[in-house]
Amino acid sequence: MSEIFDVAVIGGGMVGSAIAYGCAIRGARTVLLDGADGSLRAARGNFGLVWSQGKGARMPAYAAWTRASLDRWTAFSEAMGSAAGQEIGYRRTGGLDFCLGDEDFQERTEEVRRLHNLVAGGPEIQMLDRAELRALLPNTPFGPNVTGASLMPDDGHANPLLLLRGLHAGLHRAGAEHRPGIAVDSIVATDGAFLITGPTGQTRAHRVVVASGLGTPRLAAQIGIEIPMRAVKGQNMVTERLPPLLPMPASALRQTAEGVIQIGVTSEEGETRTATSVNHLARMATRAVEVLPVLKQARIVRAWAAMRPMTPDGYPAYAQSALYPGAFAAVCHSGVTLSAIHASVLAEAILAGALPAEMADMHPARFEGRTDVQAH
Amino acid sequence: MFKRTEAAGTPFAFTFDGQEVAAREGDSIAGALLAAGIVITRTTPVGQAPRGPFCMMGACFDCLAEVDGIGGVQTCLVPARPGMVVQRQIGVRDLDEADAA
Repeated sequence: MSEIFDVAVIGGGMVGSAIAYGCAIRGARTVLLDGADGSLRAARGNFGLVWSQGKGARMPAYAAWTRASLDRWTAFSEAMGSAAGQEIGYRRTGGLDFCLGDEDFQERTEEVRRLHNLVAGGPEIQMLDRAELRALLPNTPFGPNVTGASLMPDDGHANPLLLLRGLHAGLHRAGAEHRPGIAVDSIVATDGAFLITGPTGQTRAHRVVVASGLGTPRLAAQIGIEIPMRAVKGQNMVTERLPPLLPMPASALRQTAEGVIQIGVTSEEGETRTATSVNHLARMATRAVEVLPVLKQARIVRAWAAMRPMTPDGYPAYAQSALYPGAFAAVCHSGVTLSAIHASVLAEAILAGALPAEMADMHPARFEGRTDVQAH
Repeated sequence: MFKRTEAAGTPFAFTFDGQEVAAREGDSIAGALLAAGIVITRTTPVGQAPRGPFCMMGACFDCLAEVDGIGGVQTCLVPARPGMVVQRQIGVRDLDEADAA
Protein backbone atom coordinates (compact mmCIF):
# COMPACT_ATOMS: atom_id res chain seq x y z
CA MET A 1 0.00 0.00 0.00
CA SER A 2 1.04 3.59 -0.65
CA GLU A 3 2.51 5.99 1.85
CA ILE A 4 1.15 6.64 5.32
CA PHE A 5 0.52 10.32 6.02
CA ASP A 6 1.08 11.83 9.46
CA VAL A 7 -2.32 13.53 9.30
CA ALA A 8 -5.37 13.16 7.06
CA VAL A 9 -8.00 15.87 7.40
CA ILE A 10 -11.44 15.04 6.00
CA GLY A 11 -13.10 18.28 4.93
CA GLY A 12 -11.60 21.17 2.97
CA GLY A 13 -13.77 23.96 4.31
CA MET A 14 -12.72 26.68 6.71
CA VAL A 15 -12.19 24.33 9.68
CA GLY A 16 -10.46 21.44 7.92
CA SER A 17 -8.27 23.70 5.79
CA ALA A 18 -7.07 25.66 8.84
CA ILE A 19 -6.20 22.44 10.68
CA ALA A 20 -4.44 20.96 7.65
CA TYR A 21 -2.54 24.21 7.10
CA GLY A 22 -1.52 24.32 10.78
CA CYS A 23 -0.30 20.70 10.69
CA ALA A 24 1.56 21.18 7.41
CA ILE A 25 3.49 24.28 8.48
CA ARG A 26 4.57 22.36 11.60
CA GLY A 27 6.22 19.78 9.38
CA ALA A 28 3.60 17.01 9.42
CA ARG A 29 3.02 15.09 6.18
CA THR A 30 -0.56 16.18 5.66
CA VAL A 31 -3.31 15.33 3.20
CA LEU A 32 -6.55 17.31 2.94
CA LEU A 33 -9.42 15.23 1.56
CA ASP A 34 -11.86 17.75 0.12
CA GLY A 35 -15.39 17.15 -1.13
CA ALA A 36 -16.95 17.77 -4.51
CA ASP A 37 -17.93 21.11 -6.06
CA GLY A 38 -21.54 20.34 -5.21
CA SER A 39 -20.89 19.64 -1.52
CA LEU A 40 -22.53 21.92 1.03
CA ARG A 41 -19.87 24.55 1.59
CA ALA A 42 -20.44 27.07 4.35
CA ALA A 43 -16.84 28.17 3.78
CA ARG A 44 -17.88 29.66 0.45
CA GLY A 45 -21.10 31.26 1.57
CA ASN A 46 -20.39 32.96 4.86
CA PHE A 47 -20.48 36.60 5.88
CA GLY A 48 -16.81 37.18 6.68
CA LEU A 49 -16.90 38.65 10.17
CA VAL A 50 -13.93 38.12 12.49
CA TRP A 51 -16.03 38.52 15.54
CA SER A 52 -16.27 38.07 19.29
CA GLN A 53 -19.23 40.29 20.13
CA GLY A 54 -21.99 38.33 21.81
CA LYS A 55 -20.24 34.98 21.51
CA GLY A 56 -19.96 32.52 24.38
CA ALA A 57 -22.35 34.12 26.85
CA ARG A 58 -23.36 30.65 28.07
CA MET A 59 -19.95 29.03 27.58
CA PRO A 60 -17.01 31.05 28.93
CA ALA A 61 -14.52 28.54 27.44
CA TYR A 62 -15.84 29.41 23.97
CA ALA A 63 -15.67 33.14 24.69
CA ALA A 64 -12.03 32.71 25.75
CA TRP A 65 -11.31 30.49 22.73
CA THR A 66 -12.75 33.16 20.41
CA ARG A 67 -10.72 35.86 22.13
CA ALA A 68 -7.54 33.76 21.83
CA SER A 69 -8.19 33.37 18.09
CA LEU A 70 -8.74 37.13 17.65
CA ASP A 71 -5.43 37.75 19.42
CA ARG A 72 -3.73 35.71 16.70
CA TRP A 73 -5.62 37.18 13.76
CA THR A 74 -3.34 40.06 12.76
CA ALA A 75 -0.27 37.85 12.34
CA PHE A 76 -2.43 35.08 10.85
CA SER A 77 -3.95 37.39 8.22
CA GLU A 78 -0.46 38.46 7.16
CA ALA A 79 0.54 34.82 6.68
CA MET A 80 -2.67 34.22 4.72
CA GLY A 81 -2.08 37.27 2.54
CA SER A 82 1.43 36.11 1.80
CA ALA A 83 0.17 32.64 0.84
CA ALA A 84 -2.79 33.94 -1.18
CA GLY A 85 -0.63 36.42 -3.09
CA GLN A 86 -2.79 39.36 -2.04
CA GLU A 87 -3.93 40.70 1.29
CA ILE A 88 -7.14 39.09 2.49
CA GLY A 89 -8.94 42.31 3.44
CA TYR A 90 -8.66 41.93 7.21
CA ARG A 91 -9.79 45.13 8.94
CA ARG A 92 -9.67 45.16 12.73
CA THR A 93 -11.78 48.28 13.03
CA GLY A 94 -14.14 47.36 15.82
CA GLY A 95 -17.54 45.81 15.17
CA LEU A 96 -21.05 47.14 15.69
CA ASP A 97 -24.47 45.69 16.28
CA PHE A 98 -27.09 48.34 15.55
CA CYS A 99 -30.22 48.95 17.63
CA LEU A 100 -33.42 49.94 15.87
CA GLY A 101 -35.96 51.66 18.11
CA ASP A 102 -35.98 52.29 21.85
CA GLU A 103 -36.99 48.81 22.95
CA ASP A 104 -34.11 47.25 21.02
CA PHE A 105 -31.75 49.76 22.62
CA GLN A 106 -32.99 48.95 26.15
CA GLU A 107 -32.68 45.20 25.60
CA ARG A 108 -29.19 45.52 24.18
CA THR A 109 -28.11 47.72 27.07
CA GLU A 110 -29.20 44.96 29.48
CA GLU A 111 -27.41 42.33 27.42
CA VAL A 112 -24.20 44.35 27.31
CA ARG A 113 -24.35 44.66 31.09
CA ARG A 114 -24.63 40.87 31.40
CA LEU A 115 -21.69 40.34 29.03
CA HIS A 116 -19.42 42.52 31.15
CA ASN A 117 -16.18 40.77 32.03
CA LEU A 118 -17.01 37.71 29.91
CA VAL A 119 -13.32 37.18 29.25
CA ALA A 120 -11.22 38.42 32.16
CA GLY A 121 -8.77 41.08 31.02
CA GLY A 122 -10.21 41.13 27.50
CA PRO A 123 -11.63 44.17 25.72
CA GLU A 124 -15.09 45.09 26.89
CA ILE A 125 -18.19 45.41 24.82
CA GLN A 126 -19.54 48.99 24.98
CA MET A 127 -22.96 50.51 24.55
CA LEU A 128 -23.22 53.61 22.36
CA ASP A 129 -26.30 55.80 22.17
CA ARG A 130 -27.17 57.56 18.93
CA ALA A 131 -25.11 60.66 19.68
CA GLU A 132 -22.06 58.58 20.56
CA LEU A 133 -22.51 56.45 17.45
CA ARG A 134 -22.71 59.54 15.26
CA ALA A 135 -19.63 60.98 16.92
CA LEU A 136 -17.80 57.71 16.21
CA LEU A 137 -18.89 57.56 12.54
CA PRO A 138 -19.66 61.17 11.58
CA ASN A 139 -19.86 60.46 7.83
CA THR A 140 -22.21 57.48 8.00
CA PRO A 141 -25.77 58.49 7.03
CA PHE A 142 -27.73 56.57 9.68
CA GLY A 143 -31.48 56.36 9.48
CA PRO A 144 -33.65 58.12 12.09
CA ASN A 145 -34.63 54.83 13.76
CA VAL A 146 -31.05 53.89 14.65
CA THR A 147 -31.02 54.41 18.41
CA GLY A 148 -27.49 53.23 19.05
CA ALA A 149 -25.23 50.23 18.81
CA SER A 150 -23.10 47.90 20.84
CA LEU A 151 -19.43 48.06 19.95
CA MET A 152 -16.67 45.51 20.41
CA PRO A 153 -13.38 47.36 19.95
CA ASP A 154 -11.23 44.89 18.06
CA ASP A 155 -13.76 42.88 16.12
CA GLY A 156 -13.45 43.17 12.36
CA HIS A 157 -13.94 41.47 9.04
CA ALA A 158 -12.03 39.83 6.20
CA ASN A 159 -12.65 38.45 2.74
CA PRO A 160 -13.57 34.82 3.50
CA LEU A 161 -12.89 33.59 -0.03
CA LEU A 162 -9.37 35.00 0.03
CA LEU A 163 -8.89 33.47 3.48
CA LEU A 164 -9.81 30.04 2.12
CA ARG A 165 -7.53 30.64 -0.84
CA GLY A 166 -4.70 31.54 1.55
CA LEU A 167 -5.22 28.38 3.59
CA HIS A 168 -5.17 26.15 0.51
CA ALA A 169 -2.17 27.91 -1.05
CA GLY A 170 -0.37 27.92 2.31
CA LEU A 171 -0.81 24.22 2.98
CA HIS A 172 0.28 23.45 -0.57
CA ARG A 173 3.38 25.58 -0.09
CA ALA A 174 4.14 23.69 3.12
CA GLY A 175 4.14 20.42 1.23
CA ALA A 176 0.64 19.18 2.05
CA GLU A 177 -1.56 17.55 -0.53
CA HIS A 178 -5.02 18.94 -1.28
CA ARG A 179 -7.20 16.31 -2.93
CA PRO A 180 -10.55 17.66 -4.17
CA GLY A 181 -13.50 15.57 -5.27
CA ILE A 182 -13.06 12.94 -2.56
CA ALA A 183 -16.03 11.25 -0.93
CA VAL A 184 -15.35 9.25 2.22
CA ASP A 185 -17.39 6.19 3.12
CA SER A 186 -15.45 4.70 5.99
CA ILE A 187 -12.68 5.23 8.50
CA VAL A 188 -11.16 2.06 9.95
CA ALA A 189 -8.32 1.67 12.44
CA THR A 190 -5.96 -0.95 11.09
CA ASP A 191 -2.28 -1.88 11.41
CA GLY A 192 -1.41 1.13 13.50
CA ALA A 193 -2.92 3.60 11.06
CA PHE A 194 -6.33 4.79 9.93
CA LEU A 195 -7.58 3.56 6.58
CA ILE A 196 -9.92 6.06 4.92
CA THR A 197 -11.94 4.58 2.07
CA GLY A 198 -14.21 6.08 -0.56
CA PRO A 199 -15.25 5.49 -4.17
CA THR A 200 -12.11 7.19 -5.48
CA GLY A 201 -9.62 5.21 -3.41
CA GLN A 202 -7.97 4.84 -0.04
CA THR A 203 -5.76 7.01 2.16
CA ARG A 204 -3.75 5.93 5.20
CA ALA A 205 -2.67 8.20 8.02
CA HIS A 206 -1.50 7.97 11.61
CA ARG A 207 -3.94 10.69 12.63
CA VAL A 208 -7.30 11.47 11.15
CA VAL A 209 -9.39 14.61 11.68
CA VAL A 210 -13.07 14.69 10.75
CA ALA A 211 -13.84 18.33 9.95
CA SER A 212 -16.64 17.68 7.52
CA GLY A 213 -19.20 20.29 8.50
CA LEU A 214 -22.68 18.81 8.19
CA GLY A 215 -21.11 15.52 7.06
CA THR A 216 -19.36 15.17 10.41
CA PRO A 217 -21.87 13.08 12.43
CA ARG A 218 -21.79 10.11 10.03
CA LEU A 219 -17.98 9.96 9.90
CA ALA A 220 -17.33 10.87 13.53
CA ALA A 221 -19.61 8.04 14.63
CA GLN A 222 -17.25 5.60 12.92
CA ILE A 223 -14.44 6.71 15.22
CA GLY A 224 -16.65 6.64 18.30
CA ILE A 225 -17.48 10.34 18.55
CA GLU A 226 -21.14 11.39 18.66
CA ILE A 227 -21.87 14.93 17.51
CA PRO A 228 -25.52 15.76 16.74
CA MET A 229 -25.78 18.49 14.14
CA ARG A 230 -28.34 20.32 12.08
CA ALA A 231 -28.24 22.69 9.14
CA VAL A 232 -29.22 26.32 9.71
CA LYS A 233 -29.59 28.19 6.46
CA GLY A 234 -28.24 31.71 6.06
CA GLN A 235 -28.97 34.01 3.13
CA ASN A 236 -26.74 36.82 1.98
CA MET A 237 -26.81 39.48 -0.68
CA VAL A 238 -24.42 42.07 -2.03
CA THR A 239 -24.94 45.44 -3.67
CA GLU A 240 -23.01 47.07 -6.44
CA ARG A 241 -19.87 48.89 -5.33
CA LEU A 242 -20.72 52.08 -3.47
CA PRO A 243 -18.87 55.07 -2.03
CA PRO A 244 -17.53 54.58 1.51
CA LEU A 245 -20.56 54.55 3.85
CA LEU A 246 -19.76 52.24 6.73
CA PRO A 247 -16.16 52.15 7.97
CA MET A 248 -16.90 49.44 10.56
CA PRO A 249 -18.54 46.08 9.97
CA ALA A 250 -21.77 45.40 11.77
CA SER A 251 -23.81 42.34 12.50
CA ALA A 252 -25.55 41.57 9.17
CA LEU A 253 -24.21 44.68 7.42
CA ARG A 254 -20.71 45.40 6.23
CA GLN A 255 -18.94 47.25 3.45
CA THR A 256 -16.06 45.36 1.89
CA ALA A 257 -12.67 46.78 1.00
CA GLU A 258 -13.91 47.04 -2.61
CA GLY A 259 -17.02 49.06 -1.69
CA VAL A 260 -19.65 46.34 -1.89
CA ILE A 261 -22.27 46.38 0.85
CA GLN A 262 -22.99 42.87 2.10
CA ILE A 263 -26.35 42.35 3.74
CA GLY A 264 -27.14 39.34 5.90
CA VAL A 265 -28.48 37.10 7.11
CA THR A 266 -31.17 34.63 7.96
CA SER A 267 -31.16 31.73 10.43
CA GLU A 268 -33.60 29.24 8.94
CA GLU A 269 -34.20 25.86 10.54
CA GLY A 270 -35.35 22.73 8.75
CA GLU A 271 -34.17 23.80 5.31
CA THR A 272 -32.61 21.28 2.95
CA ARG A 273 -31.89 23.40 -0.12
CA THR A 274 -29.54 26.34 -0.56
CA ALA A 275 -31.99 28.37 -2.65
CA THR A 276 -32.62 32.01 -1.75
CA SER A 277 -36.13 33.32 -1.14
CA VAL A 278 -37.43 36.76 -2.02
CA ASN A 279 -39.42 37.21 1.19
CA HIS A 280 -36.32 36.72 3.33
CA LEU A 281 -34.13 38.88 1.10
CA ALA A 282 -36.77 41.62 1.21
CA ARG A 283 -36.80 41.56 5.01
CA MET A 284 -33.00 41.76 5.12
CA ALA A 285 -33.00 44.66 2.66
CA THR A 286 -35.69 46.49 4.63
CA ARG A 287 -33.64 46.33 7.80
CA ALA A 288 -30.49 47.45 5.97
CA VAL A 289 -32.37 50.45 4.54
CA GLU A 290 -33.63 51.27 8.02
CA VAL A 291 -30.00 51.46 9.18
CA LEU A 292 -28.71 53.27 6.08
CA PRO A 293 -31.60 54.78 4.06
CA VAL A 294 -29.25 55.65 1.20
CA LEU A 295 -29.09 51.92 0.45
CA LYS A 296 -32.55 52.06 -1.10
CA GLN A 297 -30.80 53.47 -4.17
CA ALA A 298 -28.35 50.57 -4.32
CA ARG A 299 -28.72 47.75 -6.80
CA ILE A 300 -28.50 44.20 -5.54
CA VAL A 301 -25.99 42.33 -7.63
CA ARG A 302 -26.15 38.84 -6.20
CA ALA A 303 -27.78 36.77 -3.47
CA TRP A 304 -26.93 33.32 -2.17
CA ALA A 305 -27.51 30.96 0.71
CA ALA A 306 -25.38 28.49 2.62
CA MET A 307 -25.92 25.98 5.41
CA ARG A 308 -24.33 26.59 8.79
CA PRO A 309 -23.18 23.38 10.47
CA MET A 310 -24.80 23.83 13.87
CA THR A 311 -24.43 21.83 17.07
CA PRO A 312 -27.36 21.68 19.53
CA ASP A 313 -26.07 24.64 21.59
CA GLY A 314 -24.49 26.43 18.64
CA TYR A 315 -20.99 26.20 20.10
CA PRO A 316 -18.06 24.33 18.57
CA ALA A 317 -17.39 20.67 19.26
CA TYR A 318 -13.89 19.21 19.45
CA ALA A 319 -12.95 15.71 20.54
CA GLN A 320 -10.33 13.04 20.36
CA SER A 321 -11.76 9.54 20.20
CA ALA A 322 -11.43 7.58 23.44
CA LEU A 323 -11.74 4.35 21.46
CA TYR A 324 -9.27 5.29 18.75
CA PRO A 325 -6.60 7.72 19.99
CA GLY A 326 -5.29 9.75 17.08
CA ALA A 327 -8.76 10.20 15.61
CA PHE A 328 -10.31 13.64 16.11
CA ALA A 329 -13.45 15.55 15.18
CA ALA A 330 -13.75 19.34 14.90
CA VAL A 331 -16.81 21.27 13.88
CA CYS A 332 -18.19 24.78 14.32
CA HIS A 333 -20.06 27.51 12.44
CA SER A 334 -17.52 30.25 13.20
CA GLY A 335 -14.82 28.93 10.91
CA VAL A 336 -13.55 32.35 9.84
CA THR A 337 -13.12 33.82 13.33
CA LEU A 338 -11.67 30.58 14.71
CA SER A 339 -9.37 29.82 11.76
CA ALA A 340 -6.40 31.50 13.46
CA ILE A 341 -6.64 29.26 16.52
CA HIS A 342 -7.53 26.14 14.52
CA ALA A 343 -4.33 26.68 12.52
CA SER A 344 -2.26 27.03 15.70
CA VAL A 345 -3.46 25.68 19.07
CA LEU A 346 -5.76 23.01 17.62
CA ALA A 347 -3.25 21.82 14.98
CA GLU A 348 -0.53 21.60 17.64
CA ALA A 349 -2.82 19.64 19.94
CA ILE A 350 -3.69 17.18 17.18
CA LEU A 351 0.00 16.63 16.43
CA ALA A 352 0.73 16.26 20.16
CA GLY A 353 -2.11 13.75 20.49
CA ALA A 354 -4.00 15.54 23.25
CA LEU A 355 -6.51 18.41 23.32
CA PRO A 356 -5.62 21.01 25.98
CA ALA A 357 -7.67 21.59 29.13
CA GLU A 358 -8.90 24.95 27.78
CA MET A 359 -10.91 22.99 25.17
CA ALA A 360 -12.52 20.54 27.63
CA ASP A 361 -15.85 22.38 27.88
CA MET A 362 -16.24 22.22 24.10
CA HIS A 363 -16.23 18.40 24.05
CA PRO A 364 -19.38 16.96 22.41
CA ALA A 365 -19.96 14.76 25.49
CA ARG A 366 -22.08 17.71 26.65
CA PHE A 367 -24.76 16.66 24.13
CA GLU A 368 -25.25 13.15 25.54
CA GLY A 369 -28.87 12.46 26.31
CA ARG A 370 -30.12 15.50 24.47
CA THR A 371 -33.23 14.71 22.49
CA ASP A 372 -34.12 18.15 21.22
CA VAL A 373 -32.09 17.78 18.05
CA GLN A 374 -31.82 15.23 15.39
CA ALA A 375 -28.47 13.84 14.38
CA HIS A 376 -28.28 13.68 10.63
CA MET B 1 -11.39 45.93 -33.23
CA PHE B 2 -15.05 44.89 -33.54
CA LYS B 3 -16.88 44.65 -36.85
CA ARG B 4 -20.62 44.45 -37.42
CA THR B 5 -21.66 41.16 -38.97
CA GLU B 6 -25.06 42.50 -40.02
CA ALA B 7 -25.97 45.88 -41.46
CA ALA B 8 -29.64 45.59 -40.43
CA GLY B 9 -31.48 48.09 -38.24
CA THR B 10 -32.32 51.76 -38.61
CA PRO B 11 -29.28 53.96 -37.91
CA PHE B 12 -29.40 56.61 -35.16
CA ALA B 13 -26.98 58.38 -32.85
CA PHE B 14 -26.35 58.91 -29.14
CA THR B 15 -23.39 60.47 -27.35
CA PHE B 16 -20.60 59.03 -25.22
CA ASP B 17 -18.64 61.63 -23.26
CA GLY B 18 -19.99 64.17 -25.74
CA GLN B 19 -18.80 62.27 -28.80
CA GLU B 20 -21.41 61.11 -31.29
CA VAL B 21 -21.78 57.32 -31.53
CA ALA B 22 -23.42 55.69 -34.56
CA ALA B 23 -25.83 52.96 -33.47
CA ARG B 24 -28.45 50.76 -35.07
CA GLU B 25 -31.85 49.77 -33.83
CA GLY B 26 -31.47 46.64 -31.72
CA ASP B 27 -28.00 47.52 -30.40
CA SER B 28 -27.36 47.45 -26.70
CA ILE B 29 -25.45 50.51 -25.51
CA ALA B 30 -22.38 48.32 -24.96
CA GLY B 31 -22.72 46.75 -28.40
CA ALA B 32 -22.91 50.13 -30.10
CA LEU B 33 -19.91 51.40 -28.13
CA LEU B 34 -17.80 48.39 -29.07
CA ALA B 35 -18.82 48.74 -32.73
CA ALA B 36 -17.71 52.37 -32.53
CA GLY B 37 -14.32 51.34 -31.11
CA ILE B 38 -15.03 52.51 -27.55
CA VAL B 39 -13.89 49.75 -25.20
CA ILE B 40 -13.47 51.54 -21.85
CA THR B 41 -16.72 52.48 -20.13
CA ARG B 42 -15.59 52.87 -16.53
CA THR B 43 -12.71 52.83 -14.06
CA THR B 44 -12.61 50.61 -10.97
CA PRO B 45 -13.52 52.14 -7.58
CA VAL B 46 -10.33 51.16 -5.72
CA GLY B 47 -7.49 50.85 -8.25
CA GLN B 48 -8.85 53.21 -10.96
CA ALA B 49 -8.11 50.51 -13.58
CA PRO B 50 -9.90 50.80 -16.94
CA ARG B 51 -12.78 48.39 -17.62
CA GLY B 52 -15.16 47.78 -20.48
CA PRO B 53 -17.85 45.43 -21.80
CA PHE B 54 -16.77 41.82 -21.38
CA CYS B 55 -19.47 39.19 -20.91
CA MET B 56 -22.26 41.04 -22.78
CA MET B 57 -24.87 39.10 -20.81
CA GLY B 58 -25.29 40.92 -17.52
CA ALA B 59 -22.97 38.84 -15.39
CA CYS B 60 -19.61 40.60 -15.13
CA PHE B 61 -20.62 44.18 -14.29
CA ASP B 62 -17.59 45.48 -16.14
CA CYS B 63 -19.60 47.54 -18.68
CA LEU B 64 -21.06 49.96 -16.12
CA ALA B 65 -21.48 53.56 -17.25
CA GLU B 66 -23.61 56.61 -16.53
CA VAL B 67 -26.71 56.69 -18.74
CA ASP B 68 -28.89 59.83 -18.86
CA GLY B 69 -27.57 60.85 -15.45
CA ILE B 70 -27.96 57.49 -13.74
CA GLY B 71 -24.74 55.78 -12.71
CA GLY B 72 -23.95 52.09 -12.44
CA VAL B 73 -26.01 51.07 -15.48
CA GLN B 74 -25.13 47.73 -17.08
CA THR B 75 -24.81 49.00 -20.65
CA CYS B 76 -24.92 45.49 -22.15
CA LEU B 77 -28.49 45.08 -20.85
CA VAL B 78 -29.94 48.43 -21.95
CA PRO B 79 -30.98 49.04 -25.56
CA ALA B 80 -29.40 52.13 -27.11
CA ARG B 81 -31.87 54.88 -28.01
CA PRO B 82 -31.56 58.03 -30.09
CA GLY B 83 -30.19 61.00 -28.18
CA MET B 84 -29.08 59.07 -25.09
CA VAL B 85 -26.36 60.75 -23.09
CA VAL B 86 -23.83 58.15 -21.93
CA GLN B 87 -20.76 58.96 -19.92
CA ARG B 88 -17.78 56.99 -18.75
CA GLN B 89 -18.14 56.20 -15.06
CA ILE B 90 -15.17 57.11 -12.94
CA GLY B 91 -15.11 54.89 -9.84
CA VAL B 92 -18.33 54.28 -7.93
CA ARG B 93 -21.49 56.08 -8.83
CA ASP B 94 -22.77 58.89 -6.63
CA LEU B 95 -25.74 58.29 -4.39
CA ASP B 96 -28.42 60.90 -3.90
CA GLU B 97 -27.57 62.82 -0.75
CA ALA B 98 -31.25 63.32 0.03
CA ASP B 99 -31.28 60.02 1.89
CA ALA B 100 -28.51 61.09 4.24
CA ALA B 101 -29.77 61.68 7.75
